[in-house]
Amino acid sequence: MSPAHRLITLLGVLAAVLVLAGAVALFVGSAALSPRAVLDAVTGRASAESVERVVTLSIRFPRIAVAILAGGALAVAGVAFQALTRNPLAEPSVLGVSAGAAFGVVIGQSLGLGPGLLQAAGLTAFAFAGALLAAAAVYLIAAAGRELRIQTLLLAGVIVGIFFSAAITVVVSLLDFNRLGGVIHWLLGNLAPIPPRPLALFAALLAVGFGLVLAHARELNLLALGEESARQLGVHAERLKLVIFVGAALLTASVVAFAGPIGFVGLIVPHALRMLVGPDNRLLVPASLLGGGVFLLVADTVARTIVAPAELSVGVITAFCGAPFFVWLLRTRYRGNV
Amino acid sequence: MSPPLVELRGVGFAYPASGEGRAHPFRLADLSFEVGAGEIVGVLGPNSAGKTTLIRLLTRVLEPATGSIVLEGRPLRRWRPAELARRVAVVPQGVPPQFPFTVEELVLMGRYPHAPDRYFETQVDRASAHAAMEATSVLEFATQRLDSLSGGERQRAVVARALAQEPRLLVLDEPTAHLDLRYQAETAALLRRLNHERGVTILLVSHDLNLAAEVCDRLLLMAGGRQVAVGPPEAVLNEALLATAFGCEVTVEKHPTTRRPVVLPTWRADAPSIGRGDAPTTKGG
Repeated sequence: MSPAHRLITLLGVLAAVLVLAGAVALFVGSAALSPRAVLDAVTGRASAESVERVVTLSIRFPRIAVAILAGGALAVAGVAFQALTRNPLAEPSVLGVSAGAAFGVVIGQSLGLGPGLLQAAGLTAFAFAGALLAAAAVYLIAAAGRELRIQTLLLAGVIVGIFFSAAITVVVSLLDFNRLGGVIHWLLGNLAPIPPRPLALFAALLAVGFGLVLAHARELNLLALGEESARQLGVHAERLKLVIFVGAALLTASVVAFAGPIGFVGLIVPHALRMLVGPDNRLLVPASLLGGGVFLLVADTVARTIVAPAELSVGVITAFCGAPFFVWLLRTRYRGNV
Repeated sequence: MSPPLVELRGVGFAYPASGEGRAHPFRLADLSFEVGAGEIVGVLGPNSAGKTTLIRLLTRVLEPATGSIVLEGRPLRRWRPAELARRVAVVPQGVPPQFPFTVEELVLMGRYPHAPDRYFETQVDRASAHAAMEATSVLEFATQRLDSLSGGERQRAVVARALAQEPRLLVLDEPTAHLDLRYQAETAALLRRLNHERGVTILLVSHDLNLAAEVCDRLLLMAGGRQVAVGPPEAVLNEALLATAFGCEVTVEKHPTTRRPVVLPTWRADAPSIGRGDAPTTKGG
């Protein structure tokens, strides 16, 4: 089967799973709605003021949308960082980029940026600046030698992540100590419904980031040959690295600004898909968008039902899955090289 | 006579003085030679002679500080990267240790410069990759991961990738560096075949004086970033010139069957100790 056919089949299957997961997510939650009531709300038979309509369309539906968008974006960012650094364990949270973006968000909030549309755009700008700062710091620390070694890169990511987490705590403590608890909750990664217009902005920002990565998926394959060989094959390596760096940082920053720094999605989803379809980024990038959406949606549905009527942060679920997965990857796949 | 395929005129280059791991900044000075279409030219010299730098200059990974490089009558700096990659293909010394792609996927990467904006390869690309794999006898490994192959098979797969670029000039960087004796003969046969059957011009950069003597029409001998001699193997593989370039005495004989020159070290009990930085396994500058 040609790669194009494989891609179409893969996307078809993932889209079907995504629709199924979305449907399930719409029917479950802490408000005890009967399946019938949800159906009425979705098909418009429930009155505009009814509980089922508000819960289904204004709470559950936007939250499902946020989960799908954020999961897709984080998975694509993971693929991009892995190809860029030629490091299979790279990922926005592992690299400290999420923490940098979160620091940007906290700074933005401390300047009074709140939930409106323009303010959401402003927060994303701060998150983007923070993500670029963290990624640049990691790169500069890790690239001190000639090549980007896997160990050095991971250590640099951890250190930068710790640094920015500490910086966040400092900023929040100085501003309003009482909010610290809420911030820690948010730092774990926590999905909440977003109003329609900010949600559209979120989707648009992700579309830009995704487009940048997708448009260079073939070049990312060539980068696996090493930078010099990629250049000798006609790839503008410097430009490619910059574009992917910016695209992945934008994806990460948008998710952090709109949903919080959710970890490990960019590690779990691309690796699971690699086992299915192999290393070709032209398949992985679009498949990760859907696969990441499925994964985070399922994780969030579990997070909001497993201890109902209370809720867990979705970041807790992804971390509980991601940390053992990371260890497993280290122990089995990359034993000789890490 | 048609113009040479590649022409170097007074090419010079210096790495920045603060280059890491270098006690003395490496310089390349006043390199002038040409490669005619259809030729097999060998570039020889000890470590840090400037062989790898020469490859980087030819592929615009580095730009010369002085002089000019001309490809098909047009200065190299006026070639766009993809356009250049359709003319000049490089077979590097190896592939990265972690390379998860299959042989076919690798070879198809060689099609990139022919349509950089295309997402997937076409049937034409697949046919070209197929022919390239056939030419280097790796068709049977097409669906296997590159890192599951032996050194020699891997080397041939990388050559196939370069052939899929359909280049006029094929540059090989130490093709036998990590391969045992059997592959030296195989490599020699493969290069000759590519040259005869596909009309590919070949620049063979190597430590291996005897492989070069065997397959090359002409040789360029370099040492310390300078060119020591250019000419046919019989002229360049001369005991005095080699002694100058390598800093040790050698004996040049004739191969018993091919009558090509064969270079042997002159084994002596009181041979002077080898100078610093000349470890035989490291890559040249």
